[in-house]
Amino acid sequence: MKKFDEMVATLPEGLVRSLPWEGQPMAGVRPHYEAYAAWLAGRTAAQMAARREEAEMVFRRVGITFAVYGAKDEDGAGTERLIPFDLIPRVIPAHEWRRMEKGLVQRVTALNRFLHDVYHEQEILKSGVIPSEQITQNAQFRKEMMGVNVPNQVYSHIAGIDIVRAPDASGEGVYYVLEDNLRVPSGVSYMLEDRRMMMRLFPDLFSQHRVAPVMHYPDLLLETLRASSQSAAQSGAQDPTVVVLTPGMYNSAYFEHAFLAQQMGVELVEGQDLFVKDRYVYMRTTRGPRRVDVIYRRVDDDFLDPAVFRPNSTLGCHGLVEAYAAGNVTICNAIGTGVADDKSIYPYVPKMIEFYLGEKPILSNVPTYMGRDPEDLKYILAHLPELVVKEVHGAGGYGMLVGPAASAQEIADFRRVLEANPGGYIAQPTLSLSSCPTFVDSGVAPRHIDLRPFVLSGKEVQMVPGGLTRVALKEGSLVVNSSQGGGTKDTWILED
Amino acid sequence: MLSRTADHLFWMSRYTERAENTARMLDVNYQTSLLPQSAQAAQMGWQGLLSISELLPAYQAKHGEISPGAVMEFMVVDPGNPSSIVSCLQAARENARAVRGTLTTEVWETQNQTWLELGRRIGAQEHLRDPGQFFEWVKFRSHLSRGVTVGTMLMDEALYFMRLGTFLERADNTARLLDVKFNALKSEYHGAVAGDGSQGADGEDYDFYQWSAILRSVSAFEIYRKVYRNVIQPERVAELLILRSDMPRSLHASVAEVVGNLAMVAGDSAQETRRRAGRLLAELQYGKIDEILATGLHAYLTQFLDRVNELGVRISRDFLVPA
Repeated sequence: MKKFDEMVATLPEGLVRSLPWEGQPMAGVRPHYEAYAAWLAGRTAAQMAARREEAEMVFRRVGITFAVYGAKDEDGAGTERLIPFDLIPRVIPAHEWRRMEKGLVQRVTALNRFLHDVYHEQEILKSGVIPSEQITQNAQFRKEMMGVNVPNQVYSHIAGIDIVRAPDASGEGVYYVLEDNLRVPSGVSYMLEDRRMMMRLFPDLFSQHRVAPVMHYPDLLLETLRASSQSAAQSGAQDPTVVVLTPGMYNSAYFEHAFLAQQMGVELVEGQDLFVKDRYVYMRTTRGPRRVDVIYRRVDDDFLDPAVFRPNSTLGCHGLVEAYAAGNVTICNAIGTGVADDKSIYPYVPKMIEFYLGEKPILSNVPTYMGRDPEDLKYILAHLPELVVKEVHGAGGYGMLVGPAASAQEIADFRRVLEANPGGYIAQPTLSLSSCPTFVDSGVAPRHIDLRPFVLSGKEVQMVPGGLTRVALKEGSLVVNSSQGGGTKDTWILED
Repeated sequence: MLSRTADHLFWMSRYTERAENTARMLDVNYQTSLLPQSAQAAQMGWQGLLSISELLPAYQAKHGEISPGAVMEFMVVDPGNPSSIVSCLQAARENARAVRGTLTTEVWETQNQTWLELGRRIGAQEHLRDPGQFFEWVKFRSHLSRGVTVGTMLMDEALYFMRLGTFLERADNTARLLDVKFNALKSEYHGAVAGDGSQGADGEDYDFYQWSAILRSVSAFEIYRKVYRNVIQPERVAELLILRSDMPRSLHASVAEVVGNLAMVAGDSAQETRRRAGRLLAELQYGKIDEILATGLHAYLTQFLDRVNELGVRISRDFLVPA
């Protein structure tokens, strides 16, 4: 597989360098990394190790941790772990970012138009661009949402779009959208905390580089949520009450929920804090009930309302959907957005962009073979060792096959699973994901990365420059998920 | 403010305060156990400590006989004992974590660091190797927690609910300490005198250490000297810890804080709860130690504890867990 690194144009096989390497410059450093590479060359291993230790100490003290599903310590409390933080930033030049930003606005706009269409006229199905059964048979399609009007016709107010970079035929780097996360994408708190940490550890770097700021994300988020209330959408005025709904402190992303609520200065509520009366939502406060206008929920659809979805859920609020359908509360993201970020819908997104916006897609999709298509399935089965095969409804890097990294036995096992339920899978060629220099025990070595920018849609579509860079810390691994040994890096959009 | 948030804040402070008081009581027992005393007296000391927290049955079910090592184990590290220092600090930290967004960064980090540091100290067995130093550390983390709270939190409801928790817990703990120690000391003192009159002088010397230990356990030894400029007498110790409004850990001072903070959060609501708190305060304001001792200290303190407990229940129903 062809190597492609963010920092250097040509990557020697298995490059590991030990610090410092001053006097032995790296060959082929890309222009936007030049200043950083020169700075790094002068660091000693001990200096960097001390910085890393400091970072870990601070993260632990501040309690920037995530709970691991299923893992419990002897007291029965959820185990809290740190997400490994890498000191070397991922740098993106401004001109590349500007193009990516345009592509993200275009893509998320089309996805929101698609969601509105699917829950109203269904023009895109009628015109045959997307087969009807792809929608109506989809478990993520919520018939409760048919005909429900949402403010600004926005469904996915907060979208996390996973982007990877890989070389095209001529060896130039191309950004591909790997996945759209339109339900409850997480990770933005790490984007912010990583930046805060980098500025604390290496203030000198920020005086040498013009790094675009990201710390105003909570302001943009609050603006988006407020603009999404019924009253704000209708009259533009008002002072809506916004809350963040969390499943509670044992949820893996609890830190982020608390962090965002605090940064926005709004209440962090659990389902038990809310109740519905006469189709309005209230929270229980020390001074009696208080109306709630906008709920930024970090709870999945299935758990939102026991009256409509899972009857045994205690994480949601009884009657919420009825209040929502009556237009008395805004839920962000809307119910039913999963129908647009399903892996079986992903291949149609470029066509959506053309259908709704009449534009050519700016960001590319990864070529995708669909198990439900007999021709595609034939190809998939014949090329399993070269492909990445994913479960249509899977998430978090589980239930997938990475062909080139799998043993013959694993491939044979997966083939049986696939043949039993071909419609449940898609396959993509194994992209040679770009790598970025990363600290490892032996020095600095290339590790694969991806990028998740967070796109906010209220009255307009906007985002902070950058996103969360995740890094697969295991050598050769392509799985960046924090639940499977992934770490994070600060992401720098470098102004020209 | 969300009722659940107020609930977490209230209990976070209560548990922090309880950890401190547990450390104080263990410390005074540990210090007195270093004095020459009969095996029976030592036994009484450790047993009294368990009685204070109504933990004697739970302890006996687990360990049977009273032994200093087992009591320390039970009261410091046992996660099954909700009043152990580890349990209290864990509960304080869990409550803080549930509302970390409501706390200032400093308050949250203080709670979190206390918890992380506790793990290190217990791991290094500091509570066995150097109990005095360990208890001192627990006390100072509680001081720090209170100081950071008052020094950084916005003076709004969140702060008032935290203060309510602190002082309700303190009123409870000081009353318990007095009750148990008075009972134990009185009987022992009279026993020593009645048993052999010629040992009266020694008995009094020994008694001095006991009373001064009680005072020290609530940081009141120097205060006693300053206020009374006299030898230590049980009646005055009781007066200091019950009725003095200027003694920070007295029942009077604690209840005054409860009343004040309750007024700040209640507005016009919770009339009955405020009335009862106010009445309790009035009785402390206008009470006399002779009267209290005449009716019997134990009876008085038992009734006081019931009323403090009732206040806690009412505060919970009015604000924290409304129906």
